[in-house]
Amino acid sequence: MTLTLQFVPYSEIENLGPARRVNKLIEIVKQEKIVLLEGRLKKEEEADLIAITMEEIGDKFRGIELAVINPPKNEGFFAGVKSGMLNALLGDRQGFTVVGPASVVKQIKQDPNKIELFTQDAEITKKKRKKK
Amino acid sequence: MVIGIIKKFINKVLRNIFKGKKQLKLGLYGPPNGGKTTLANRICKDWLGEEMGSVSNMAHETREIQIKEQIVISSKGKELAFNLVDTPGIATRIDYEEFIKSGMKEKEAKTRAKEATKGVIDSIKWLDDMDCVVVVLDATKDPYSQVNITIVGNLQARDIPVLILGNKVDLRKASIKNIQSAFPQYDVIGISAKKGTNIDQFYEGLFALVK
Repeated sequence: MTLTLQFVPYSEIENLGPARRVNKLIEIVKQEKIVLLEGRLKKEEEADLIAITMEEIGDKFRGIELAVINPPKNEGFFAGVKSGMLNALLGDRQGFTVVGPASVVKQIKQDPNKIELFTQDAEITKKKRKKK
Repeated sequence: MVIGIIKKFINKVLRNIFKGKKQLKLGLYGPPNGGKTTLANRICKDWLGEEMGSVSNMAHETREIQIKEQIVISSKGKELAFNLVDTPGIATRIDYEEFIKSGMKEKEAKTRAKEATKGVIDSIKWLDDMDCVVVVLDATKDPYSQVNITIVGNLQARDIPVLILGNKVDLRKASIKNIQSAFPQYDVIGISAKKGTNIDQFYEGLFALVK
């Protein structure tokens, strides 16, 4: 099975409204591709992404797996102000967002420093190995 | 940043103005099978003498918002009245085939999946109506799931007070430490809604939450 990762630079969603941002990501995921988005959605947009995903679920589309990697938080007042100003000027470009179709990605495990992506194929292989 | 602070301030002021006029809405939020309805039943049994909803090992048993009005709890001479809102579990995927694997017929499984998707949408819509929220997590599971992070992040963005519960502490795999590491800025209480473990500590936590 071939996994396709589609990189979406932040500039591609920067000027879109919340609904269009979310729809753009879902349209890519529905093509069975894994989205690698530069930066993050706003928290409310993440909730919208889940809600719109639910509206789209049917026989073929079973939902998404989602993970956001945040950069380590800057310590200190000035570093915080600098990061806040950059976010205000350039948007949430820091970090990465991974959105995969549930039909391809079984689970995304994350801790603050890494993301592990488990595909449906890997799960089947694991089960077969166990049987042997 | 400044706009965010102003927005939070206005939200807080508005919430305080209306708090006196209407009954406090306490929401139970979390991923499916965390034990929200078991907890709702525990609260209702403790203070009203009746249960709220049905529970099951199969995910998405609660697919509609359930409300129990006028619950009054008391502790150490204090009283707290609220409307309890039990919400369907929030998930990013719902696969009817998973229900079939659990023994359901295809038609029934598809209906359940459809109702479950609607339930998730309703849970998200209701976020704005909550005055305070208890996030119920399964303490035996990895807390770093994006659903958990998104729920807590959305409550934070709306400036809604949050208490996090690590449920199922009666099970060996349960780890409250993991939840505390994932959400260090929040109070986390370990409970077993099923067995009643630490339930008094949870009620104390509710008083602190709505202070």
